[in-house]
Amino acid sequence: MTDTQGPAVLDRDGLNALVAELVAQGRTVIGPTVRDGAVVLAELESADDLPFGWGVELDAGRYRLVRRTDGAAFAHSAGPQSWKNFLHPARQRLWSADRTPSGGVDFTADEPAAPSYAFLGVRPCDLRAIAIQDRVLTGGRYEDTGYARRRTGAFLIAAECTEPGATCFCVSTGGGPAADPGYDLALTEVDGRFLVRVGSEAGGELLARLPHSAADEGTERAAHAAVDAARDRMGRALPPVDVRALLAGSADAERWDDVAERCLTCGNCTMVCPTCFCVTTEEVTDLTGDHTERWQRWDSCFDLDFSYLHGGPVRASARSRYRQWLTHKLSTWHDQFDSSGCVGCGRCISWCPVGIDITEEVTALAAEAGTGPTASADPRTES
Amino acid sequence: MAPTLAVFKLASCDGCQLTLLDCEDELLALAGEVEIAHFLEASSAVAPGPYDLSLVEGSVTTAEDAERVRAIRANSRHLVTIGACATAGGIQALRNYADVDEYRRVVYAHPEYISTLATSTPVSAHVGVDFELRGCPIDRRQLIEVITAFLAGRKPDVPNHSVCFECKRRGTVCVTVAHGTPCLGPVTHAGCGALCPAYRRGCFGCFGPSGSVNLPALIPVLRRDGMDDAAVERFLHTFNAPAFDEELRS
Repeated sequence: MTDTQGPAVLDRDGLNALVAELVAQGRTVIGPTVRDGAVVLAELESADDLPFGWGVELDAGRYRLVRRTDGAAFAHSAGPQSWKNFLHPARQRLWSADRTPSGGVDFTADEPAAPSYAFLGVRPCDLRAIAIQDRVLTGGRYEDTGYARRRTGAFLIAAECTEPGATCFCVSTGGGPAADPGYDLALTEVDGRFLVRVGSEAGGELLARLPHSAADEGTERAAHAAVDAARDRMGRALPPVDVRALLAGSADAERWDDVAERCLTCGNCTMVCPTCFCVTTEEVTDLTGDHTERWQRWDSCFDLDFSYLHGGPVRASARSRYRQWLTHKLSTWHDQFDSSGCVGCGRCISWCPVGIDITEEVTALAAEAGTGPTASADPRTES
Repeated sequence: MAPTLAVFKLASCDGCQLTLLDCEDELLALAGEVEIAHFLEASSAVAPGPYDLSLVEGSVTTAEDAERVRAIRANSRHLVTIGACATAGGIQALRNYADVDEYRRVVYAHPEYISTLATSTPVSAHVGVDFELRGCPIDRRQLIEVITAFLAGRKPDVPNHSVCFECKRRGTVCVTVAHGTPCLGPVTHAGCGALCPAYRRGCFGCFGPSGSVNLPALIPVLRRDGMDDAAVERFLHTFNAPAFDEELRS
């Protein structure tokens, strides 16, 4: 989708009006807000709920909220949740069944109307993650109809990245701090103002109803400069090698034993990953046995039962489970879905309790394979 | 005829069997599906065995306990242990690390009246167990699920993974990563719904180790967050001490 009208500028009143207008349209507006010592994603009642003046300090296994003096609303990196919490929720009922008096069984599919979502402050990495989940969950032969329902009506307002964190590495996954197409509106925050680009007809219609001005050259220049600067301030990077080929050839690497020593196999990395999509389904009955329900819930390749087949789990060791996760994410994902499964948001690094760093592990695998950091091409050509 | 349900206790506080009485919304439905044949906490009327499903609370701390649990097993078609005492020895298993004779002398005016074993051990150390339900106390929903699954002849939906799964599914911010709070969630069996972290407290492991544990890898994190060796030992030595110790050695 290309821009349908020139860029505009919203001030704080314009941002307030943006949220108010979406709420007035009956949308469930989800965006960043401070709760429990983190910037979480939750329903916003007004723009006042945004985390003005909050930033984050990140490291492997560490996340701390910090005060910012500039009052910025979107100067925080990826938090503990991603948009999959809403589009691909942790738990949902798929169907239920009841025994009938005549001895038959009545099935009822659960197809609740999806909330009319508006996502405010979608980072460029997360916009790419949503595009990946679109391909995974609706792009193949077996569409996840619940995901499709929630996703189809969702209105996406991107917030370009001007403040990458110490665990960010989107540039080395082929991404960057500028928003790719796929948004309805894209904001770039500059000194309390927001440069707005329109990415869809619906975005243009919404902008027209908000108090805004045409973008002035100064704001546009400052916005581009801030995003360009962010590109060079990524805290981490994957090594500049063909990561897909590296992982495909690393099944027997010794490094897997090293990381297995440190890995808790707790599953946090997969739960916070904005593209990890694996689920399990469980049937539950009630005490009478006359009513049963099928529930879908997030699963993880770190769960022993994830690979449980007849007689036991296929991937019993931590080594085999970590290897499965990383190899799928960075290599076999290409075979399945025509892209990497990693957008470089850094969540798996920050939210790993023991601070296992995906970029460090890939770098070590590259060193072990003898394809060290200087051996290959620009990572930006690696999609 | 409805299958018979029996509830027994060994060395324990009664909290887990009380969980059955706490199932207020489900109790009538339950009473419609099973004959509650032996449940002294609820009724002194006792029907003789054998029982189709016996729930056993508590650990084995006396020679009589050991004998009783064998009799219970012999009188039960299915035996499910409930709670940290029955599945891991409970808090009374701290005696396994101490001199029981010394305790006896210090605590009791007439130590000669006390007849006790030197260790507190889980039921599974004495007899075969069909299913172990964890927790101190057990979770009400999981108890109903185990009984429901028994009635339907299916496997209970009681996942073996870590508490972290439950925190992430309910949207709780990680207390270790965001606050530096020591938490046993990454090595602890799910089932409570991640109760403590939801109140910004670290998990203290009352469900015992999860199905896939790398406890040695968590120790440096506990140290980083301010625990010395003694504090780490205290953290692990609560309701499931022998089970966590086994994970440390493995």
